[in-house]
Amino acid sequence: MDAFAAAFAAAGDLILSADAGLVEIIALSLEVSLIAVGLSALIGMPLGGLIALATFPGRRAIIVVFNALMGLPPVVVGLVVYLLLSRSGPFGVLDLLFTPTAMIVAQVILVLPIIVSLTRQILEFLWIDYRETLRSFGATRIQCLATLLWDGRFMLVTALLAGFGRAIAEVGAVMIVGGNIDHLTRVMTTAIALEASKGELALALGLGLILLAISLVLNVLAQSLRSLGETWSLA
Amino acid sequence: MTFAGCRSLMSRGLAPIICLILSISPAQAQRPFITLASTTSTQNSGLFRHVLPKFTRATGIAVRVVAVGTGAAIRLARAGDADVLLVHHKESELAFVAAGHGSLRRSVMYNDFILVGPGSDPAEIRSILDVDHALSRIASAQAIFLSRGDQSGTHKRELELWADASTNPAVASGEWYRETGSGMGATLNVAAAMGGYTLTDRGSWLGFANKRGLVLLHEGDPRLRNEYGVVLVSRDRHPHVKAKAGQVFVDWILSEEGMDAIDEFEIDGTRLFHAIR
Repeated sequence: MDAFAAAFAAAGDLILSADAGLVEIIALSLEVSLIAVGLSALIGMPLGGLIALATFPGRRAIIVVFNALMGLPPVVVGLVVYLLLSRSGPFGVLDLLFTPTAMIVAQVILVLPIIVSLTRQILEFLWIDYRETLRSFGATRIQCLATLLWDGRFMLVTALLAGFGRAIAEVGAVMIVGGNIDHLTRVMTTAIALEASKGELALALGLGLILLAISLVLNVLAQSLRSLGETWSLA
Repeated sequence: MTFAGCRSLMSRGLAPIICLILSISPAQAQRPFITLASTTSTQNSGLFRHVLPKFTRATGIAVRVVAVGTGAAIRLARAGDADVLLVHHKESELAFVAAGHGSLRRSVMYNDFILVGPGSDPAEIRSILDVDHALSRIASAQAIFLSRGDQSGTHKRELELWADASTNPAVASGEWYRETGSGMGATLNVAAAMGGYTLTDRGSWLGFANKRGLVLLHEGDPRLRNEYGVVLVSRDRHPHVKAKAGQVFVDWILSEEGMDAIDEFEIDGTRLFHAIR
């Protein structure tokens, strides 16, 4: 138990000293993961909605594939993105390897299937209630999709949070494509891995506690926004 | 709800998100930089934190360090993803240059490898002078030995030492010979937890904070010398390589200033690396 006490002490010290390195690492973690979730939402929510509303051959197969992709191992995604962005790879000329942009690309691949699958599931559920009404208005498919996304927005927050949880917690992909470079691509999870490998277990665990706290604060914020929004739209 | 909702979704919901994403582009340093592929030992020991700021102050060139094992660092450089290599396996470095990937290889510094293990020393290697004799004793005692197993410089040296000891530990893989497939720090963590022996560079050992029952048991055999070399990645093979800035780095690290910076670096009063002048 001493190790855990030491971890809490290390976390407390880091926070109280407002360590500049720590602030930088937290900021980059949030920046990379929030942008990755934002981009995934922009692509994934309309896509998930389309799959929910449309009927076409192979739809079941696509749903199964997206569900399966939710379990993509981050380290495999990291390796694939590395091979694509490497100077010897097809997108090498973009010079993106070992940059935050490369980390965002990898995290979008990890988060997108989660947003697509959850959006699809939520909208399929709403569609049962909305179908008749929207059809009687003569709504086009795009109008139906937009309506469902808007009316389901509070439920879709859960999809965003699930995606964010995946992004902020993974280490395998960002380690490979970011390189864990100090002051450039070091984020919370890669810093934790580094400290653990230096045998600084209390410091590593302390960083983990801070990561957990950040995740908790974001979830509380999202939950409050959601309740606030729901109260307003009912009033 | 319904169709008014569609329009407000576009104006209120999506537009700000798009603006937000477009406005926050990840912070990219604008000053000149090189990418240095190196080993975990140089990073974890704290050497780079001591030496590299001096280089950046002197030249205005930032150094982005990607710290992986020697094998992985060489693969990165071969793919053109690094400008300079600083690793510790001379044969691999020379092969890299001979294959046309690197334009020159120079010796930079050395320290040594050591054998660490549990204080109880079940294989009784503490008083043994030859490293191959020490390794054979570990093998015959079937005492747990943790190997990096990751094609790093330390791993390659370990395999050479086993060959010198005429022992093939691979046959006992998974039994007393256990390959972690990870970095030096991770392997030391495992050795500490299992009470096993392992080969480590002295820098990683001195910088390692979770030793628990592990102690230094064997050192001093001349075959345990651990030499680090610097290699400039060849511009002929990879035209985008920052050869000019890379050359500035190589020249600086080999200069009096660079050599002094390496020699100055200490942990608890112990010098970790010795510059090769």
